[in-house]
Amino acid sequence: MSETKLQRIVQEELNNIAPEVDLATVDPAADLREAIDIDSMDFLNLVTALHHRTGIEIPEIDYPKLITLSGMVAYLEARLKSAKTL
Amino acid sequence: MAEFSMPSLGADMEAGTLVEWLVKPGDWVKRGDIVAVVETQKGAIEIEVYQPGQIEKLLVDLHSTVPVGTALALIRTEGEAKVPAAAAPPPAAPTPPTAPAPFTVAMPPPAPPVAPTHPLAAPGVAARIAASPAARRLAEQRGVDLSAISGSGPGGAITSTDVERHLAATPAPAEKKRALWLDPAAMRAAIAAAMARSKREIPHYYLEHQIDVTPCERWLADKNAMLPPDDRLLIGALALKAVALALRRFPAFNGFYRDNKFEPSKAVHVGVAIAIRGGGLAAPALHETDQLPLDDLMSGLRDLVQRTRAGRIRSSEMSDPTITVSSLGERGVEVLYGIIYPPQVAIVGFGKVVTRPWVVDGAIGPRSVVTMTLAGDHRVTDGHAGALFLAEIGKLLQEPEKL
Repeated sequence: MSETKLQRIVQEELNNIAPEVDLATVDPAADLREAIDIDSMDFLNLVTALHHRTGIEIPEIDYPKLITLSGMVAYLEARLKSAKTL
Repeated sequence: MAEFSMPSLGADMEAGTLVEWLVKPGDWVKRGDIVAVVETQKGAIEIEVYQPGQIEKLLVDLHSTVPVGTALALIRTEGEAKVPAAAAPPPAAPTPPTAPAPFTVAMPPPAPPVAPTHPLAAPGVAARIAASPAARRLAEQRGVDLSAISGSGPGGAITSTDVERHLAATPAPAEKKRALWLDPAAMRAAIAAAMARSKREIPHYYLEHQIDVTPCERWLADKNAMLPPDDRLLIGALALKAVALALRRFPAFNGFYRDNKFEPSKAVHVGVAIAIRGGGLAAPALHETDQLPLDDLMSGLRDLVQRTRAGRIRSSEMSDPTITVSSLGERGVEVLYGIIYPPQVAIVGFGKVVTRPWVVDGAIGPRSVVTMTLAGDHRVTDGHAGALFLAEIGKLLQEPEKL
């Protein structure tokens, strides 16, 4: 899975939760919970969707790494790479 | 013959607009089936039926607004269900009925002459829709669902003109998904009406209680570490279960105040306050909350939140809540003072979880703390009972494994 595809998946799933948000205007380093007003249920749905679409395990203990847009993409990329080298 | 009427979906609802029929004459329905969609100030609500039987006749046209209590359809109850004539032609003959009388629709094949049972088990196998051959052909070509069209032909049969009109009126891509009907101004008016009535009629008292939820967080972290995201629990599910269990011991907070008296409810249907994106709020019921194992409670909660935000609440979920729980989750503020949603008599609030210095076994340490609140109705209970109720919820949350 390429980086651009990963980015697209993240964007699509975020838009499923917050359709009115233009992600291009979201600061990649901002806390998504505040930046696009998502609650713990939204976040769980997001993690569930990302897990289904990428196959990546996203343990709860890693949630803090996913709270920004850039952090989320970087985390998923790293997990994909480490999965490939195994 | 039973009547199916426009239900009351809250104390403040006077009328509703019928926007979709999901059944047609001849269809069998069982208790809990969704038969229609009604637009209210709170959005589009899916209306369930309580009377099992066969739909005899639809009495209200699409897009008419009728008062609460108006008969919407006639239902032939099971005992009086008509059995199709033994010699009825097989349903392959699509000739539209010629008589303008209530049109009969052939039952799913093969109905034995004196069938003691009826096809309740297969509600999806709907009876054949009356439509002209031309209408059928056109619908097939254009991929139109005939059940979405109301017929203007003899006996309500669908004609090709009906199909054309439907095609013209329906934007192609929006066919499958019902348009989300949430009018923020109408919803605001509904909230305002209910809350104004609450403040006018209900003598509220307020209590607050801080509890240590570290045991809940630890238990959840352990449990969720082993689970895929689909099966993970949120702390909100624990809170709902604790409130529901505490209500069994404190039934005076569970029920309705109507006609100058309190009617306790045997069932515990906790209303869950759910914020709508862009503003607005609904608090539909999570049915039988106290009976649900945590996993089922969590999946029910996920489903309820998702449907509420998509404008797909069911009528019983609007009318059944026996108490409300409002949770601010991980964001927002520490304390929430709720306003009781009439005719309920209590609302429990949970603020966000914060880390605070706390004394455990004589030593100070950082713990995760939540402030719970209760708004109670003085016509039914006093602060003393309220305090015991809140304390019980707090106690239950100290042993999450038992919830």
